[in-house]
Amino acid sequence: MADEQNSAADETNRRDFLYLATGAFAAIGAANIAWPLIHQMNPDASVKALASIEVDLSAIETGQSITVTWRGKPVFIRRRTAGEIADARTVADADLPDPQNDAERVQKDEWLVMVGICTHLGCVPLGQAGDFNGWFCPCHGSHYDTSGRIRKGPAPKNLEIPSYEFVGDSRIKIG
Amino acid sequence: MSGESTYNPSNGFSKWMDSRLPILRLAHDSFIDYPTPKNLNYWWTFGGILTFCLVTQIITGIILAMHYTPHVDFAFNSVEHIMRNVNYGWLIRYIHANGASMFFLAVYIHIFRGLYYGSYKAPREVLWILGVIIYLLMMAAAFLGYVLPWGQMSLWGATVITNLFGAIPLIGENVAIWLWGGYSIDNPTLNRFFSLHYLIPFLIFGVVILHIWALHVPGNNNPVGISVKGKQDTVPFHPYYTVKDGFALTVFIILFAYFIFFAPNVLGHADNYIQANPLVTPAHIVPEWYLLPFYAILRAVPDKLGGVALMFGAILILFLLPWLDTSKVRSARYRPLFRQFYALLVLDCLLLGYLGAQPAEGIYIVLARIGTVYYFAHFLVVLPVLGIVEKPKAVPESISEPILGAQPAE
Amino acid sequence: MMRFGIKAVLAAAVLAVGLSAPASAAGDAKPPAEMGWQFDGLFGTYDRNALRRGFQVYKEVCASCHSLNQIAFRNLSQEGGPEFSEAEVKAIAKEYLVEDGPDDYGDMFERDALPRDKFPSPYPNENAARAANGGAYPPDLSLITKARGGGADYIHALLSGYEDAPEGVEMRAGLYYNPYMAGGKIAMPVPLLEELVEYSDGTEATVEQMSMDVTHFLNWTAEPELEQRKRMGFMVLIYLTIFAGLMFFSMRKIWADLH
Repeated sequence: MADEQNSAADETNRRDFLYLATGAFAAIGAANIAWPLIHQMNPDASVKALASIEVDLSAIETGQSITVTWRGKPVFIRRRTAGEIADARTVADADLPDPQNDAERVQKDEWLVMVGICTHLGCVPLGQAGDFNGWFCPCHGSHYDTSGRIRKGPAPKNLEIPSYEFVGDSRIKIG
Repeated sequence: MSGESTYNPSNGFSKWMDSRLPILRLAHDSFIDYPTPKNLNYWWTFGGILTFCLVTQIITGIILAMHYTPHVDFAFNSVEHIMRNVNYGWLIRYIHANGASMFFLAVYIHIFRGLYYGSYKAPREVLWILGVIIYLLMMAAAFLGYVLPWGQMSLWGATVITNLFGAIPLIGENVAIWLWGGYSIDNPTLNRFFSLHYLIPFLIFGVVILHIWALHVPGNNNPVGISVKGKQDTVPFHPYYTVKDGFALTVFIILFAYFIFFAPNVLGHADNYIQANPLVTPAHIVPEWYLLPFYAILRAVPDKLGGVALMFGAILILFLLPWLDTSKVRSARYRPLFRQFYALLVLDCLLLGYLGAQPAEGIYIVLARIGTVYYFAHFLVVLPVLGIVEKPKAVPESISEPILGAQPAE
Repeated sequence: MMRFGIKAVLAAAVLAVGLSAPASAAGDAKPPAEMGWQFDGLFGTYDRNALRRGFQVYKEVCASCHSLNQIAFRNLSQEGGPEFSEAEVKAIAKEYLVEDGPDDYGDMFERDALPRDKFPSPYPNENAARAANGGAYPPDLSLITKARGGGADYIHALLSGYEDAPEGVEMRAGLYYNPYMAGGKIAMPVPLLEELVEYSDGTEATVEQMSMDVTHFLNWTAEPELEQRKRMGFMVLIYLTIFAGLMFFSMRKIWADLH
């Protein structure tokens, strides 16, 4: 009698296990199918291969800026004047919305290289404008200083510095 | 739906929903508690398999459209871009390309199952006709899709097929020019074919819903071909047929996966990996395998208009099938003579398929003509006459009887 | 009871497989020998050394007439290919010039190729290619093993199968006899001669060796995903087989309740 009950319970256990295993296997399969369908929208191999550019700086005079395109985004390259550098260095960093020292934002004092996209909602700021003589975003009124740091307005962060390196005195490689 | 609804909303939300939009009730009655004859064999699993094929084609197709460029200068290279650069692009494209073949393989089994068991007969005529419409739409989608990679077979297959419309008396040439948007297959043609190729699967999806609706009103046919007499003849769709369809689908996907991963180009044509060139025609223009029987019929007729008419007639005749077959008995199990002719029809279609891939000359033309004559004779002569002269075997009383009682010796 | 139905399925399968044959065996060409490639079969992989030697043959022989439009230098270092190091790929790319621009003055200029660039074509366009080759167009080789019936076997046979024209076959100037070509006449002169290249790994550069190697390489350019595809396919088949078994036993259990 007890044996019969046991074997009936065993049978139920085996059955539950079988259904559970089948369901679990189906779930594993579904997850594995989902990944290629999602991953296909990530940057493809040809896009990733375009990730770095080289820029010649020799033609830029002091006080001039150029804009180049990197990964489909504008990059501002500005040869700053002594006055602009001094302005950027005299601010008390701790008082800024996104505290950062100017020295951390440049590799050579003269050259400021940054992604020209407002950290608020992605517009392109105007150069040599705004209350701090740096950049001004016309979309929602964010003011950046001569180091590209946010000083006033809704943007939460300083303009982004891309990874770049000098590959000669007047050549940089971005990315 | 047949019978009373057995849906019983179990919680607050489903009760609230049920008195507003009873969609959960519809799903429950259609796919959970739908009473299904308990004697369906594996040939009945292809309805579910076809649904899987349609959904797979739509999902992979939408993804391919994210990376594909419908322009004659870029189409071929954008397909190679998918194959080489897009993450898992090769997988998605191979699923889509081989998926078309799998879709047709399944639909042919589905159609021939219907032909064997008399699933087109009253009260399922509308169900059958909707099925033929789906089949026509599938052929249109497959043809349009084959043009998109812009290889040599894409261009020349499209040239041959669109020139068929030139056979229409008086307006034929204008119709062809209208289809092309120019004086040959070119960029405007590719663009509109892409648009239509994207549209048609959703039309198919709509007709599939009607097809399932028309199935659920009279209920499934079954291998003995007699109607359900009561509850003892049926089981609920879930779990009995969800698990059976699921098992069959998994086996089907094994075949599908074999093609995708180990023979992805066997069902295609090498010439389609050569970019389209309007100045050079490939030595042999052949359609994809699933269209070959119709291609054989087209070429069997020496007259252009006649060939086109017979080719379309070969499909359109299926619309009349429910009325051409005069037999009172549905299932071929109880129709000894019909079975012989059914076998002949299957062989005839395979023969025509083989001939469609051969050059249109000599003995091949003669055989194609014989095959074409039999194809039409089967529907127009054999089926009407058989219903009158054939003496069917004894049909069981109910679905439950042949299972419980003595099985006919087979 | 479903005799006819089973026949239909089997025949459809036979049909599907059999149909590619008549179409590919075009004309009166001699059927190519089956070479049994390492990339054939369920567990097929490429031979890295053969790919690298094959690349050398392409670069030093084929590339003077044939483009490789779909291939970028960076592909040479990707997994499942010749797998050159990134430094090697940079060095290979540097040997080529590509057109870029416009520069700040609006002019196009030439620069050293970078890994992200595609292989430059030997001719600026099809007309130039035809003009330089007596009216014949040397096809792009990126997809050649997929674009010819017979695949790699055919390419190998064609490259190593040149013969003297048999008695009675009239050869126009600029055409060469090759029994594997449909019609027997091909506009490409004999491409491979003994010791035409010097392999850096010391392999003897026979015509047979070079045609095997370059075919191996061209099969990779046509199907760079092959190794990943077969590896994934094997896992998928194992998964599906186990899942089908689980479904089968679940089905048996569920239907057992009925009786």
